Amino acid sequence: MLESSPSPVVQLTGAVSLLGRFPALAGADLAIDAGEIALLEGPNGAGKSTLLRLCAGLAPLNQGSGAVLGHDLSRRVARRALRREVGLLSHATALYDELTVEQNVVFWSKANGTIVADVEPAMQALGLAGRLRTVPVSGLSAGQRRRTSMAILVCRRPRLWLLDEPHAGLDAAGRDLIDDLIRRAVTAGATVMLASHEADRANDLATMHVSVVGGHTSVEGRSC
Amino acid sequence: MLSDALLVARKDLLIEMRSKVLTTQLLPFGMIVLILFGFGLSPDRTVPTGVANESRPLLAQVAPGLFWLAVFFSALLAFSRAFAIEASDGNLDALRLTGLDPAGIFLGKAAAIALELFVLEIVLGAGSFLLYAPELNDPILLAVTVVSTTLAVALAGTLYAALASGMRVRDTLVPLLALPALSPVLLGASVATEAALFGPSSDGWMWAGLLGAFALLYTGAGILAFGRVLEES
Amino acid sequence: MTTTEIPASTSSKLTRRLGFAALVSIVVFLAMALVISPPDVSQRDAVRLFYLHVPTATIAFYFAPAIIAVGSVMYLWKKSTFWDLAAGTAAELAVIFSAFTLVTGMLWGKPTWGLYWTWEPRLTATAVSFVLFVGYLAVRKLDLDPVIRSQRAAVLGLIAAANTLLVRYSVQIWKGIHQGTTISPMNMQISGLMWGTALIGFVSFTLVFAWLMIHRFRVAWLEHQLAEVGLDLAISERRAERDVAGAASTDVRLTGEGA
Repeated sequence: MLESSPSPVVQLTGAVSLLGRFPALAGADLAIDAGEIALLEGPNGAGKSTLLRLCAGLAPLNQGSGAVLGHDLSRRVARRALRREVGLLSHATALYDELTVEQNVVFWSKANGTIVADVEPAMQALGLAGRLRTVPVSGLSAGQRRRTSMAILVCRRPRLWLLDEPHAGLDAAGRDLIDDLIRRAVTAGATVMLASHEADRANDLATMHVSVVGGHTSVEGRSC
Repeated sequence: MLSDALLVARKDLLIEMRSKVLTTQLLPFGMIVLILFGFGLSPDRTVPTGVANESRPLLAQVAPGLFWLAVFFSALLAFSRAFAIEASDGNLDALRLTGLDPAGIFLGKAAAIALELFVLEIVLGAGSFLLYAPELNDPILLAVTVVSTTLAVALAGTLYAALASGMRVRDTLVPLLALPALSPVLLGASVATEAALFGPSSDGWMWAGLLGAFALLYTGAGILAFGRVLEES
Repeated sequence: MTTTEIPASTSSKLTRRLGFAALVSIVVFLAMALVISPPDVSQRDAVRLFYLHVPTATIAFYFAPAIIAVGSVMYLWKKSTFWDLAAGTAAELAVIFSAFTLVTGMLWGKPTWGLYWTWEPRLTATAVSFVLFVGYLAVRKLDLDPVIRSQRAAVLGLIAAANTLLVRYSVQIWKGIHQGTTISPMNMQISGLMWGTALIGFVSFTLVFAWLMIHRFRVAWLEHQLAEVGLDLAISERRAERDVAGAASTDVRLTGEGA
């Protein structure tokens, strides 16, 4: 169903997404093209996380219309297909505390259908291949957990990266690492949406700015 | 579907081995329940066996029911646990993002619970024999009963725990849903076990068949419905 | 923004006629059950409870669960609120009617068998079904996204219906002293005036059930409408947040939840 000109990776019109009874998103309009790095900025409670989850196919689309990676968000089957193609790094790290870093990465990689050969390089890149390999996740710092989740995401090779505060809890080296990974992914053809309070770093990365306030979005500006 | 199930089952069992909930909580709980039954029912009372003038201790006669009650109550802990693992920190979201077949997730989780329950039953079973000293008429029937009951309980429990998952009230809702639904299983298991221990076996086999039907019902229900139940948060 | 007219009550021509018919038949029924029909040979006056007990049992364990099952399937298929609410309403009535069945059964059991309760098939299955319905209602009240909640309830509704059948079947095999079916074309153990009374009992209770279903369903429907209106309101309030905050993304303290 693609038009002759490349269609946006993310296309939302008047999107309303409910958290229970609460309209976390109360009318979001957004168009993000392939290869963009879109920075979501806004106060807490504005709906950034819900927007990311909506684009992941996890949050419902209650009103309005939307399509991500060509999948129609109002159709359940399409949402399910969409989920396999995105990578979500949320506040929650989605790891099993009782298992080690390696066990977590291996489980999630298998569950995601990752190519086996990708696992080890990803762990190396995120600094998890050494001592941390056999440490149970419960014994990790927040930054280390984030790196583990990131390793899992990288292995997935998703076409759309959805990152919620990816820099939080990381030291400068860790943040550089994340930025590097993001840039490489975009070069390889992925699109990135990230929500971040880290103004400096995020501004360097971003090619477009999206302001999210009160469940609504407005595109502030594009760079590059 | 089956490979997904294996993956999930392995993961759940790995977690269980680390957290040792089975050994530190389920087993002691089950044992305590068994022992308390002994306090509740006088050990000196006897009942006639129906053969000539023989009688056997009341506790031995009711041992099957007591055993299964202890298993069922312990199982409730296992069900809650199976979803408590996933409830933490976005795991359910992450599971939805994988391509794992929901039916496979269901079977995998149920399989892990079934295995834990088997271990529990072996220990509690040994305990029951020691405490209540029943006889053993038909070991094969006993084995079949135990297997089919365990499967039925694990499958039904996993499904009901999923229905109530993500909720603070989960711990009270799961028993409310699962116990009434499993009451025929409890009934069947007790009667079949009684037959396996004291005879006649024919009664028992009919009940064992019902238990198998139950397990099949919940396998089918879970495979069909789990996808819907897992949807969204 | 839709402005829905809120009706003053949930009655209509249909329900008024239905209610009238129900009322009349109940009066006739009570007259026959309590006064006109004779005491049973063995049960004596206790049989009068039987007239109350059997219709409510039939409704509670056949009509209502059938509606729940059908409603659940239709909801899962068509996703229409109508079916979801139909199933929920039927479940509430099922709980009430089965509680009534249990109570009348127990009151009937005392003079007839000498016991309030025995562990025999129908009673036991009844008690289990009762709890299953209560569980179903509990799931309907879960604090979840309404669509998710309705889906889960529908799944549970189907499973509970299947389970109820299994419960009845299994407990049936297990020996019992409950009365065999006394009312069927083939096997009429009662006759004449008693049969007539029982028939009117069925009819009148079914009318009452229908009347209650319609009213309760309409109330549920109105509640649903109210929630929708509430949603529109919440969206416009959310919009107001944005206007207050202005275009720039300064850090404004908001009352919303979640990030």
